Formats: sequence, C-alpha cells, structure tokens
Amino acid sequence: MKYWLALILALQCAFSSFAGEAIPLAEDPVVEQRMIAISEELRCLVCQNESLAGSRADLAMDLRRELRTLVKANKSDAEIMEYMVSRYGDFVRYRPPVKPLTWMLWFGPFLLLIGALFFLVRMVRRQQTGSAAPVLDADQRKKAQSLLKDTELPS
Amino acid sequence: MIPEIGHFSLILALFVALALGTLGVIGGQQGRADWMALARPGAQALWFLASLSFVCLTYAFFTNDFSVSYVAQHSNSKLPDIYRIAGVWGGHEGSLLLWLVMLCSWMMAISLFSRQLPDVMVSRVLAVMSLVAVGFLLFMLITSNPFLRLSEIPPDGRDLNPLLQDPGLVFHPPMLYMGYVGMAVPFAFSIAALLNGRLDAAWARWTRPWATAAWICLTIGIAMGSWWAYYELGWGGWWFWDPVENASFLPWLVGTALMHSLAVTEKRGLFRSWTIMLSIIGFSLSLLGTFLVRSGVLTSVHAFATDPKRGVFILLFLSAVVGGSLTLFAMRSGKVRAGGAFTVVSRETFLLINNVLLTTAAAAVLLGTLYPLIVDALNLGKLSVGPPYFNSVFAPIMLPVLFFMVVGSYARWKNDSVAELSKKLRPVAIVSVLLGCAAPLLAGAWSWLVALSLTLVFWIVLSSLQQIYRQLKDSPNWKAIPISYWGMQVAHIGIAVCVVGITMVKGYETEKDVRMAIGDTVEVAGYTFKLTGISEVPGPNYNADRGIVELIKNGKVLRTLQPEKRTYFSSTMPMTETAIDSNLVRDVYVALGERLTDGTSPAWAMRVYHKPFVTWIWGGCLLMALGGAMAALDRRYRRKAMASKAVSQGVPA
Amino acid sequence: MNRKALIPLGIFAVLVVFLAIGLTRDPHEIPSPFIGKPAPAFTAPQLQTPEQTFSGKDMLGKVWILNTWASWCVACRQEHPILMEFAKTKTIPVIGLDYKDQNTEGLKWLARYGDPYDLSITDQDGRIGIDFGVYGVPESFLIDKMGIIRYKQIGPVTEEALRDKILPMVRELQK
Repeated sequence: MKYWLALILALQCAFSSFAGEAIPLAEDPVVEQRMIAISEELRCLVCQNESLAGSRADLAMDLRRELRTLVKANKSDAEIMEYMVSRYGDFVRYRPPVKPLTWMLWFGPFLLLIGALFFLVRMVRRQQTGSAAPVLDADQRKKAQSLLKDTELPS
Repeated sequence: MIPEIGHFSLILALFVALALGTLGVIGGQQGRADWMALARPGAQALWFLASLSFVCLTYAFFTNDFSVSYVAQHSNSKLPDIYRIAGVWGGHEGSLLLWLVMLCSWMMAISLFSRQLPDVMVSRVLAVMSLVAVGFLLFMLITSNPFLRLSEIPPDGRDLNPLLQDPGLVFHPPMLYMGYVGMAVPFAFSIAALLNGRLDAAWARWTRPWATAAWICLTIGIAMGSWWAYYELGWGGWWFWDPVENASFLPWLVGTALMHSLAVTEKRGLFRSWTIMLSIIGFSLSLLGTFLVRSGVLTSVHAFATDPKRGVFILLFLSAVVGGSLTLFAMRSGKVRAGGAFTVVSRETFLLINNVLLTTAAAAVLLGTLYPLIVDALNLGKLSVGPPYFNSVFAPIMLPVLFFMVVGSYARWKNDSVAELSKKLRPVAIVSVLLGCAAPLLAGAWSWLVALSLTLVFWIVLSSLQQIYRQLKDSPNWKAIPISYWGMQVAHIGIAVCVVGITMVKGYETEKDVRMAIGDTVEVAGYTFKLTGISEVPGPNYNADRGIVELIKNGKVLRTLQPEKRTYFSSTMPMTETAIDSNLVRDVYVALGERLTDGTSPAWAMRVYHKPFVTWIWGGCLLMALGGAMAALDRRYRRKAMASKAVSQGVPA
Repeated sequence: MNRKALIPLGIFAVLVVFLAIGLTRDPHEIPSPFIGKPAPAFTAPQLQTPEQTFSGKDMLGKVWILNTWASWCVACRQEHPILMEFAKTKTIPVIGLDYKDQNTEGLKWLARYGDPYDLSITDQDGRIGIDFGVYGVPESFLIDKMGIIRYKQIGPVTEEALRDKILPMVRELQK
C-alpha cells in the first residue's frame, strides 16, 4: 500500500513540474487564419495606414471579433467583404477594387510602360537613320587623339 | 537670448541667400567675375548662419528652455540627454531647420570640393541652391518659426513622442534629409547647364559624383528607416508603402535612373535631355514629398502636425521651383539635343530600358500615393490604396530591371549583336535558372515567385563574378582597374543581396501569436522560446514590464531575450520594445503583448517570429551605398579642369 | 519652343491643381455609405432603465438624431453644450448611444455634464456602432420619418454644422 502511495505521489510531482506548451491566442487556428487573411485586405479606419490584421486599436479588435463570428458562420469571403463595405464604404478596402473608377490606377502603370517602351523603340530606330558618324580631317583627328590621351574613359 | 540669436541668424541667412542667389544668376548671365566670386564665400557664410541657428535651437532643447514653444511641445525635463538633442528634428519646425542645414552643408561641400569646376558653373549651381534656401527660410520665418516664445512658460514640456525615443531618431532623419536635400545638387547642376545653354560630357562628369553622393545618403537613410520600423513597431514589418515612405522612395528610384543616365551622358554624350529631366524630376519629388508630409493632404504615421496654411506656402514654392525649371527646360531643350547614335542592341539601349522601367515604377508608386487625393478632389468618393496595390504593381515592373541590368553590363557601347551577347550570357543564364529553381527546395517549400527572384539573384551575382574574373584575366594588375568598376560590381551585388532578403522573408517567414504563462514554451522553426519571468522595470520617463525569454535550440539555451512593454508618463499608448536575436541567416523576434486577465495564472500575449535572411535587406542596401561611394571616389572626378577651354566648348548643337 | 518639351510642365500643372484642391479636403473624413439608405435595425437596453429596451423602429414616423457618445470621449465634451442648447429647443428627439462604456460611468457623466437626450441606449460591445459604420466618437446621424439616414456628422456637432446643414434638413424632412 505504502508503495503505491509513494508511486502516485512521485507521478504527481513529475506531472506538476511539466511546463505547459503555450496556447495559441486564437481559439481556433483555422478560423483565425481565414480571419487574418481577410483582415489583411481591409484597412484599419482609426489608424494611419495599417491593415485591420495588424492593428492594436480598439475598433480593430472589435471588427476582428465580428469577422471571426462571420467566418465561424461559414460566410464566404465575398459576403464578409460586403459586410464591411456596406458599413464603411470602399475606403475600408486595403486593395482598391477594380472598377471603372480605378481602371486608371490598376492599368495606368502598365499602359504607361507599354507607351514608354513604344516611344523608346521608335526613338532608337529613328536615330539610326538620322546621323551618320562625322568624318574628321587630319587636323581634327590629331586634336581628337590628343584630347583622348588626357581623358580616361572607363565604363 | 540664445533663441533670439538663432532667430536672427535665420533672418541674416535669408538676406545672404537672396544676395547669393540673385548675384550668382545675374553675374553668370552677364559674365561678371566679381559677383561670381562671391559664390564660395557666400555659401560658407550661409552654412555658418544656418548651423548657428541650429546650435541655438539645440541649446534651447538641451537646457530645457520651455519658454520656446517648439521645445515645450517636443521635449521634457525627464527626457534622456541624447533625445533632447535628437528631438530638435522631432517636429515640423525643427526638421525644417535640419533641411536648411543639410542644404547649406551640400553648398558648403560644393564650395570646398569644386576646384576642378569652372567658376561660372560653381557660381550658378550655388546660386540656384541659394534660391531654394530662400524658399525654405521664408517658409520658416513666416509660418514655422522654431524660435517662437510662449508668453506663459509651462512647468514642463509635453515630451517627445515615445515612438521617437530611440537611437533610430539620432541617425535616420539626418541621413535621409542629406539624401533628400542632396537631390538639389544635380538639380542645380542641370539648371546651371540650361542657363548656360551648353551641356556636354564634361558637365556630366562634374555632376555625376554629386548625384551619386546624394543617392548614397538616400539609400542609407531609407534603409535605416526600414530597419527602425522593423525593430520598433513590434509586428515585424519593414516596408508599409506609407505615403511618406513613398515620398522618400520616389527620389531614390529617379536618382538611380539619373545616375545611370549620367553614365551614358558622360561616356557617349547622349541622353542629355533625359538626364536633365531626371534631375529636375528627382528634386521635384523631394519637394513634393515635403509638401505631402506637412500639408495634411494624406494620412500617414509619419505626417507632422498638419496645417493647410503651411501646405499652401509649400505648394506655391513647389509650383515656382518646378514650374520654373520645367519652363526653362522647355525653352532650352532644343539646344541640348544629342549627337551620336547607337544600335538597337547596345549598352545604351539596355540602360535606356532600365531607366524607363525605373521611371515607370516611380510613376506607379506616385499614382498609387496620390490616387485617393485625386478621386476625392474630383468628388468621386473616398478610396484607399494600400500595400496590396503597390506590391502587385511594383514587383512586375522591377523584376525586368534585374534582368536587363546584367544584359546591359555585358553589352558593348554603341553597337553589339544579339548573337554575341547571347553567347556571353548563355552559361550564366543556364546556371542561374538551375540554381534559382533548386534553391527554394532547399529552403522548404517551392514557389514560382521565389524561384524567379532567386534565379535573378544568381543571374546578377554569377555574372558579376564572371565579369570580374574575365577582367582580372585580361589585366591582372587590379590596381589599374578604376575603382568605379569595382563600385559598379559591388553595388549590383548589393541589389542581389537585398532581393535575397526580401524574397526569403516574404516566402518563408513564420510567426506565432500565443498566450504564455511563466514556464510556458512555444516552438517556431526549430527554436523554442521559454518565458521564465516578468518583472517591472522603471525607466527615466517610463515604466516597463520586462519579460525574460530563453531562446533554446537543440536543448541548449542560446541566449536570453528581454522584450518590454513600456508605458511612458506622457502618453497613454503602451509601446513595445522588441527583443531580437540576429545572425547572418535569420532573425528571431519576440514582442511582448498585453497582460491577459483571463484564466487562473497570470499570462501575457506574445508574438514570436522567425525571419530568414531579413538582415540581408539592409545589408544589401549598405553594399549598394558602398558601391556608390567607390564609384563616386573615382580619380577622374578629382582631376583638375584641363584644357578647359577646349572641353567646355561643348558639342555644337 | 519645342512643343513636346511642354508636356512635363502640363502634367505638373494638372498635378498642382489636384494638390490645391486636396488642401481643402480632409483625408480622415470617411463619408458614410448609409446616406439615403435605411438605418440598420437595432434593439438595445436603455441606460437609465436597463430592463427596458428601445429599438430603431420605435422612432418611425418621426425625424430624429442618433448621437454616439461615451464617458471616456474627450471630443464629446466639446459638442455637449451645443447638444444641450439644441435639446432645450425641443425641435426633434435626440437619442444617445452610449458606445463601449460602463453603465455606471455613463450615468455619472450625464449627471455631471447634463443629459440632452430623450433617452440613451447602451452598446457595450460596440456592435450597434459597427452596424452604423461608426469609427470614432462622437458621430451623429439624422434619420427621417421612414427610417432613412439623411446626414452623418463625423466628429463633434459644431454650431456651423447645426445651423447650416442639420437644421435646414430637419425643416425639409418635417414637411
């Protein structure tokens, strides 16, 4: 009897000194992951230029709580985005939506790039036909050589 | 008394700058040697007055003179000494004074290191910079005087924003401003050239080291800002596409294009209009940034206390400077057209392609930053443009730059052939693709974007090594190779290093957000973190909760990290002091969160990160800056103006 | 003068115009997407008598203002005297929404500074606020007889806003 008691006591001591593995702050990691992914696409309204995912502001924590509830209720990403936009307007989208108002924003840089490359090609081709290399006479050649000797021309 | 001396210095400086500016420009136009001779001593006098003013403000800060309004707003008697000095540039008025001091410092540098430049050029350059100084002096004296006194002296100051009470404040703004303001130098050189009516390879040779120097300061300044945000803010981010960050990044992108454009102008006398445009745009973006930060038109964590009245002044100033220079450009651009030609496949073409790409990237960032303002101004609603936009648009434009960078460095000037180029590039290309696609597998998970980025990294590094090898084989005496060649290689490798950091962090970082009680552990990427204690630690002007976290790998305790959560007396928002262990290949990062009141035993929220290769981001920037310094110090820039009459004649139009 | 060289100047001029207009705008103000749309439905316990509830549909047929406030809100003290004056005129009912506050603190605040509200409801977890798109306190909503939101005041109600925007609209809506 005493032997069993001793064993049980020993085991108890062993277990109580076992330090815990830290529990994730989120209750449900799957829900949390989805919530974070959606809130990274949303802006924190009270902070300056932060996403809803990272902000520590009170309103941000409340909104993340609401998003968590929506995710648990199996709402789709589009429905959750609609929930936020209907309350706060397009401003709350961190990634601006692609609609006629933002076509200039999304397509502008690429149109600019294509336009610039087009001009570049035209300019490079045009200056081919334009100037031929100037022909120097003996005097000018000598002058050029003496100047070149003095100047280094690295890459 | 001292603040009044500071104020008076600024007024004197205004008159000196006005005199220098007008006499320098008119003197240059009329060829008056006596007026032009005022340039160098004038610049030195201006520097003296600006610095005196700055010293007076610093004195007011250091001695806790709360009768000065600016000091009362940004300082406190319990503020540690170092932050009483750095706090001078912690607010709007003081940072403007820093701007002015930096501008005058660049002018001072030009007055001292310009023996090889013709006097008329130095006079014009300093005159243009003086006129810019006039604008800033007027701005300060009329709307933002740092020396205003309070009629009622408060018992103590409001304290410096706790986020700013960090060594970062000591280094980041001065460095950044040096770069930002430094863009005024190539700008001034360009205006001088337009006024002169002559623009040639010699001009490019004089301008190039100054443009490079400004670019170096900007590179280091931005890198410091990124690093500071990373360790200070507590959630591991290092770039947020914040409007003010973009405002400093835009001149950097344009400055990079400018440096390379100057290379072509120097070597081949080409791209002159393009170079002038880039210098004007670069400095305009600096001024635009100043406007955006201080006028209140955009929301940003960096914005100073905003005031539309100040915004109006800066906008007028911006319009005058930029409008004036663009008008001058339009009037004189006919005279600066290029001579010479190059074929479709040549080094010039690739440099031009990359310049177009860099400028387009800058345009895209500018568009994204200003779009909300434009939409609002047109009464079309409120829109916000966040990092998802910038990341989607910026990367596709910049990746080709990395590709063409290498092609351009192999291509010959003026004329090369596709066949020959391909022959030179093929071995490096094949090895890069193989290594680039294999590397992600070693790191853990495969992804297209990581493979593409790493391929480009190997592309850059291997080609640099191959070129260096060939160069040394051809001319084994490495001392004879100009240092600017080594500078180019170092800088380009620096970009590759930076890309490695960005790619690996974005691709493979991990984090865990957990609840920890004393004795708990959490495991991330093979490292175990154990919270062994929390104590309350008082500071000079704050109280902190300090956690003791052991970093354990393979059962061995590597070191103890001490993250803190500080509550400053002057603010209600708690501040996180992160604890980071860095080594060459990764950072482990611990941030202490709030104390959790649920549950039986006391516990704290902790965020733990593993960030592979993150320090390579800033290491790469330092390499870039080093490469730039090597390029700028090349001996050819320090040679005296020889046969100056012949050279400065310029290429006939 | 080279025509093409004027293009950069032209682009810059356009930019300056936008920046100038931008100076007159406030980037922090986010307009409400609810203007012209029905106010979200809500039912909440009353502050003074928590066993009793109050909902939005109780106000159908009347023009009224919903004003968010809290004991911890500093800016609310700025608009408070204006609301008190307005309440005395008995133009329209003003309902208070005590946002994210403790009941005891809210009652203490009203006792200390005065109570301009016909009644106040409590929103301790902030859910009603979120439904209305509230992102800062104080905010006020002008709601018409059919329950449609006609105007949102972001920040404290000022004399100008009351005189120039709210009162004229109230007169319109009451016809």
